[in-house]
Amino acid sequence: MSTTTSPLPGRSPLSRAGWALTDAWTITRRDLNHWALRPGAVIVGWAFPVMIVLMFGGLFGGAISVPGGGGYFEFLMPGMFTMTMLFGLETTMTAVATDASRGVTDRFRSMPMSASAVVLGRCAADMLNSIVGLSIMIGAGLLLGWRWHGGPAAALAAVGLLLLLRAALLWAGILIGLVAGGPESLASVQILVWPVGFLSNVFVDPATMPAWLGAIAAWNPLSATASATRELFGNPGWGGESWIAQNAMPMAVVWPLLLTAIFLPLSVRRFRRLGS
Amino acid sequence: MRATESAITAEGVRKSYAGGVDGAGLNGFDLRVPAGTVCGLLGPNGAGKTTAVRILSTLLDLDSGHASVAGFDVRTQPRRVREHIGLVGQYAAVDEILTGRQNLVMFGRLNHLSSTAAGRRADELLERFSLTETGRKPVGKYSGGMRRRLDLATSLIVTPLVLFVDEPTTGLDPAARREVWTAIRDLVDSGTTVLLTTQYLEEADRLADRISMLRAGRVVTEGTPEELKSAIGGDWLDIVLAEPADVAATAAIAARVASGEIHLDGGARRVSVPVDRRTRALVEVATALGDAGIEPADITLRRPTLDEVFLQLTGDPPATPAGGATPAAHRSTTTGSATATEASRAAGGDARRAATTTGPTTATEASA
Repeated sequence: MSTTTSPLPGRSPLSRAGWALTDAWTITRRDLNHWALRPGAVIVGWAFPVMIVLMFGGLFGGAISVPGGGGYFEFLMPGMFTMTMLFGLETTMTAVATDASRGVTDRFRSMPMSASAVVLGRCAADMLNSIVGLSIMIGAGLLLGWRWHGGPAAALAAVGLLLLLRAALLWAGILIGLVAGGPESLASVQILVWPVGFLSNVFVDPATMPAWLGAIAAWNPLSATASATRELFGNPGWGGESWIAQNAMPMAVVWPLLLTAIFLPLSVRRFRRLGS
Repeated sequence: MRATESAITAEGVRKSYAGGVDGAGLNGFDLRVPAGTVCGLLGPNGAGKTTAVRILSTLLDLDSGHASVAGFDVRTQPRRVREHIGLVGQYAAVDEILTGRQNLVMFGRLNHLSSTAAGRRADELLERFSLTETGRKPVGKYSGGMRRRLDLATSLIVTPLVLFVDEPTTGLDPAARREVWTAIRDLVDSGTTVLLTTQYLEEADRLADRISMLRAGRVVTEGTPEELKSAIGGDWLDIVLAEPADVAATAAIAARVASGEIHLDGGARRVSVPVDRRTRALVEVATALGDAGIEPADITLRRPTLDEVFLQLTGDPPATPAGGATPAAHRSTTTGSATATEASRAAGGDARRAATTTGPTTATEASA
């Protein structure tokens, strides 16, 4: 039989980092292969928010008066971009839980590769997925009459804020996926994604809600990102007198950083504790 | 290759699970596997087999004790250990969506082979495991046996010094099981040290050079399959009866010559008696049966099966592989009381009942 040996891994930190990046790219490519082999799943994931836009546009477009006039889509799209970032959480959770329950994670852990490569590869694949999803949503919005009114720099800043939120949710997704242990036990979490999305200013003005509910909705991290992107795209928003409504722009940066500060160490700790 | 006397060493390894989740712990687990041999780790569910494999393959931390694989300490040098091991788990740990070839190339790349080398190695392994034709199909469409072979191939991309195989044939049909056995045997011929866990005695008997029997987190006995078989006394006298009603009377007669526990199988109308003096026991039993007017369908002398060793040493009935490759896996053990016979007869051939009582001498004492 032929014998194959692995090249001796470098001992220097630099060469280790190099291998970690190479390994991460291999893991990312695995997801890209998934897209090619099972295009249905990923296309449904991308089409789903478009469907929601059409549904809500049709249902509420006539009933909800948009602040400052203008079409409902002008108002709805930035919020739906934000929701699209939230839906990405499900992709991450499911992928992580599936690998953990099928033993793929264990195989990675039994190989002489760095643990950070597994996580980094997952992050890159999911970010790519969300970038494509967001592009599709922007295209759909343009077709439906949504426009950005600020300059390209402001529009890019809005996209940056959206992806920052997505990156923060990655770590929450990894943690939930590891805790769940299997894709079957994720159903309840997936249902909870909806109340989290609705309890925000994405669809309805928090000022019209009962005070306590309105406060929760206003402080929802999604609301900060939705308000900030509406402002940057030059689309109509709810405004509001509360501190949180006045400071949507800085909070759209602070919230994702805070979420990352909480969930990144927790998910790394959980990954390490797979061995205890 | 690094020269080491023993490829796997474990000394007094302890592991307990606080919540009691995820299987059984280890309670002073000792093991030495010489390089180039196959060690079968045999034990019932919950004995700690999988825990042992997970600790030795660096997936799980040990609480106390010491373990080394390929000369490296699993606790302080996990990365070095990982460079020399392969792991085939209970669940085929391959990507279901990717094709077989894509899996092999991906894991080849993760073993830091260049992309041409990874591709070449993938094709070699597909051919070796008879997967060339199916290599371009998604793994989700593979049969259980094909998937397990792919899993095995994946563990061999970089030839490991030590391969851990955790219940490789659980849930496979007999044909698929034989495919996996052939693959493992070929591998052993190439010099890899294998630690194989299994609940199936036939599997250990076929593949392992030495067997360690695990119970409640520690090795209770160790030896070659032959040594273990002789450890529970000499030969066995099997009496198959024409009439189920004769089982109790036959057991009573057999008890006179038994050197250990008598095993009753009411459904198969079989009485199995461990005996020391072969011919004399045979003659004595045949004569006594004749005097009692019992006409047996068959009387044979034979070596004990590993099933019997297992039952003697662990007190738990072993599992029967799906498809029933070991015909006499479960036996009822009794001194021959009528109630036990009635019970096992009522339970029928499939749901055999184990009613264990002490025979004249237990085999463990006899071998001690």
